[in-house]
Amino acid sequence: MTSFADKELVDFVYAEARMLDEQRFDDWLNLFTEDACYWMPLAPGQQDPRLHTSLLYEDKLLLRVRVERLAGARTFSQQPRSRCHHLLQQPSVERADRDAGTYTLRTAFHYVETRLDTQTLFAGWATHELVTQEGALRIRLKRVDLVNCDAAFGNINLFM
Amino acid sequence: MSKYEGRPDAVQALVRDTEVHKDLYIDPELFELEMEHLFANTWIYVGHASQVPNKGDYYTTTVGTQPVVMVRHTDGSVKVLYNRCPHKGTKVAGEVCGNTGKFFRCPYHAWTFKTDGSLLSVPLKKGYDNTGFESCEASQGMAPVAAVHTYRDFVFCRLNAQGVGFEEFFGPSLSTIDNMVERSPEGRLEVAGGVLRYMHHCNWKMLVDNQTDTCHPMVAHESSAGTAVRVWKEAPEGTPKPMAVELFAPFVNPYEFFENMGIRVWDNGHGHTGVADSIHAAYSPVPGYFEQMVAAYGEERAKRILGEVRHNTVYFPNIMVKGPIQTLRRFLPLAADKTLVESWTFRLVGAPDLLLERTLMYSRLVNAPTSVVGHDDLEVYERAQEGLHARGRDWINVGRLYDPAERGQVNVATNGTSEWQMRNQFRAWAKYMTASMKEGVRT
Repeated sequence: MTSFADKELVDFVYAEARMLDEQRFDDWLNLFTEDACYWMPLAPGQQDPRLHTSLLYEDKLLLRVRVERLAGARTFSQQPRSRCHHLLQQPSVERADRDAGTYTLRTAFHYVETRLDTQTLFAGWATHELVTQEGALRIRLKRVDLVNCDAAFGNINLFM
Repeated sequence: MSKYEGRPDAVQALVRDTEVHKDLYIDPELFELEMEHLFANTWIYVGHASQVPNKGDYYTTTVGTQPVVMVRHTDGSVKVLYNRCPHKGTKVAGEVCGNTGKFFRCPYHAWTFKTDGSLLSVPLKKGYDNTGFESCEASQGMAPVAAVHTYRDFVFCRLNAQGVGFEEFFGPSLSTIDNMVERSPEGRLEVAGGVLRYMHHCNWKMLVDNQTDTCHPMVAHESSAGTAVRVWKEAPEGTPKPMAVELFAPFVNPYEFFENMGIRVWDNGHGHTGVADSIHAAYSPVPGYFEQMVAAYGEERAKRILGEVRHNTVYFPNIMVKGPIQTLRRFLPLAADKTLVESWTFRLVGAPDLLLERTLMYSRLVNAPTSVVGHDDLEVYERAQEGLHARGRDWINVGRLYDPAERGQVNVATNGTSEWQMRNQFRAWAKYMTASMKEGVRT
């Protein structure tokens, strides 16, 4: 089992955010395992994604739909397109099982999404559950907890 | 000088047979008049009794732009009070929901009120001796909303003391609520799974209009539902069809599907899409559920209940109910160009959890601020909100499949792409806007 040093884990999280900011969505999608999940809870500290709704709780198929939709000619809410910016605090390695090749990192962030003249700021914490596949790190779960997860939002177009 | 206040004829003139004036959507004065008249003359949904199961439980919300609190009184009944201290005006109930015990206590001067609103105590009461306090307005406590009616646990109110009765206003449209309740083997619903809140910078009526607009899904939702269907086709053969694809796919059905599904038009602005067929008609069966329904209702009635596949039922003015997928959306007007949309979901008491899971997934995929379906709806509403300010055109066309003979007809099923139901809403809009408006009278 390939083992990853803390710095490599932290760099992975930074690199993931950069892919989103640079809108390299296909590369980003490839970071996820086939059974991966992207979760944005609706309630603070939410434990149940099934019988309590969420802002997002998507498997890889739905993430692929989102990515392909963003590139579509008739995606009217992305004409003109949104842009985004992640500002990450240094990720902390919360758990590392080097024998199993699984790691959990937690990262405080500020995220800005812009479209037309509107710039919207979101703040929260990302939790990455990473696994090792074929010698590389992959995301099995990305959980994004917004500090105001239960607020009324307009369109959130891209990925935090 | 105001254009519309005290001028019912001018308000009525905004609604023609096949078109409505743009001021309905963009004029701030009309918005204020809607809050004063339309949202006071009609029956407005407040909440569901399952949100306040125990005595002292309360839930705060708005009716139009009026702050109200729905509370379970000590006698077990549900009351709706204006959320305003009769002393200085402070909102008494502060949280969205909670339990206040046997009384409300204002956080400003500690005046207390029973859960029916009546004044319980005032600190230093002696200071009001010989001031006429007993006969003043403040001594009456928190004002109750004039008329409250609970129908199968759905709590509605009418702000005006006089006006159309509950049954008269809703008539046979209540059959959609009946059907949703009967989908529980125990005949009971509970609010469950949290509420999604989505802010729209557009007029509230754009959302209501859209509920029975069947000519937009295949256009506006090609990007989301169409992409989902296309991506799914690339999956390896034999892969089980995911619930998400089942929920997405009907949005991009062809026009013929929507024509054939039908629209039913009731009186007073109510109506629903999905008479013969609907986007909710072909979901996979949930294991064990049909057997539960047969045990509860018998096979024939169970089939009849589950055979109702109504798509969107508009309860005029500002909610929409989806019976087959246990959802209620409220379009809460905040300003002429600002609307808060809440998506509520229900658990069918006694039914498998998978049904709740499905409605939550539907809500998340279609009605969340993070939903790709909702994104394109909101985009077209907001573009309309801007576009309607253009000087080159003043009217909005709702003339599709208009027939002069439709006036006065109610409880009619028609072509699924007709705009009859929208015209029905606008006729009700004009009726309830002007019902309590007197010519030349500034209210």
